[in-house]
Amino acid sequence: MGETRRGFLKAAVTAAGAAATPDLDRAQAAGQDQPHAQQTVPSDLTLRVKSLESLLVEKGLVDRAALDALVDTMEHKVGPRNGAQVVAHAWVDPAYKKRLLENAPAAIAELGYRSGQGEHMLVVENTPNVHNLVVCTLCSCYPWPVLGLPPVWYKSAPYRSRAVIDPRGILREFGTQLAEDVEVRVWDSTAELRYIVLPERPAGTESMTEEQLAALVTRDAMVGVTKVTFPPSGGNQ
Amino acid sequence: MNGVHDMGGQQNMGPVVYEKNEPVFHAPWEGRIYALNRAIRAWRKWSLDTDRHGLELMTPVDYLRMSYYERWVYRLEAQLLQYGLVSKEEIESRKADPGSPKANPALTLATSDRWLNRGIASAHDPTVRPLFRVRQRVRARNINPTGHTRLPRYARGKIGVIVRDHGVYLFPDTNAHFQGEKRQHVYSVRFAAQELWGEHASPRDSVHLDLWDDYLERA
Repeated sequence: MGETRRGFLKAAVTAAGAAATPDLDRAQAAGQDQPHAQQTVPSDLTLRVKSLESLLVEKGLVDRAALDALVDTMEHKVGPRNGAQVVAHAWVDPAYKKRLLENAPAAIAELGYRSGQGEHMLVVENTPNVHNLVVCTLCSCYPWPVLGLPPVWYKSAPYRSRAVIDPRGILREFGTQLAEDVEVRVWDSTAELRYIVLPERPAGTESMTEEQLAALVTRDAMVGVTKVTFPPSGGNQ
Repeated sequence: MNGVHDMGGQQNMGPVVYEKNEPVFHAPWEGRIYALNRAIRAWRKWSLDTDRHGLELMTPVDYLRMSYYERWVYRLEAQLLQYGLVSKEEIESRKADPGSPKANPALTLATSDRWLNRGIASAHDPTVRPLFRVRQRVRARNINPTGHTRLPRYARGKIGVIVRDHGVYLFPDTNAHFQGEKRQHVYSVRFAAQELWGEHASPRDSVHLDLWDDYLERA
């Protein structure tokens, strides 16, 4: 019995290893150019999802036009540009910034962005002494109304596992160097509250318009893995 | 559930793989499965908490192997079956059973805006009294439920300080399993990095978790 059990476990572990190893090799070889490099997506997913959608439409359980609208909203209407507008507005309008820090959903709604997932949003402010970093270790909670859907890396095992135990290591990986005396606050989104980092306004931007400022604000800076830089460092969206 | 999804503090998961100019969806099927998952919830057969638990129920090997949206395909098929929206034959054949009644979509283009902007899994209820207060020292309880929970393993048994009372929310541990909303207060609790990870962690750093009354005890 014991032997059989051990044999079964060994076979299971070998199978798991066989499934995982080629992906790992590919991920390491491909570096940053390969999206999904750590995961295998069977090519039949297109067919599987298409046939599932047809079944649900046929049964009257979903409406194709509503599905189209859901996809369109995420691809074209919400995204980090919304968050960038919020941040830039807070930088130029101290009264707005105060409202944003006190009641983020209401202040964000002032700019026309409404809550789609997670009614409650909290804005955490970076200062010369405090750096904030947002993660969801248990799943993929993310402030959809201001940032859209999360990128793959935010939902990935490497980020979710390490952001809480080694936030400074994660920050270094993103090229963000912090002095030892800066306090790092990690926000693990375990409830229906979504966190947005209000980055520091970079020096040298004093004469810029709100629109120009918004163009500097990146998704990554609002998650807290980078800072907003001027001139912009480029790279992320 | 002490599942592989509870990733905080795990090591050896590799470097963060960053994709420049990442698209919202990497293939059309990702957008479709995203939309199907959201639209089907309009039937209110299950909650967001149940959805989250649906992913936790995957085997660890599958969870780690599959891409994010592939997990959503797996979960939707499993839940459609489990909660009786489709039959096993329908899932396998991808054809509606002959003679099965045709429903009218719960979510249509006309109602989608209202649906998408309505509240989820949160509640405002002034009649629910908080059990703890801001600045109070608390310990995250050492519990190991086999069902859904939002108390990560890395915080269990650790002492923190409440920095904010977020108000009243549904309790995921019961709500996910159709055992009631069990409304209670949720707090932002600050845990020093050294309390969580030991003396080698930075003395300045901290992790904040949003924790329900039932996850906490006096410390």
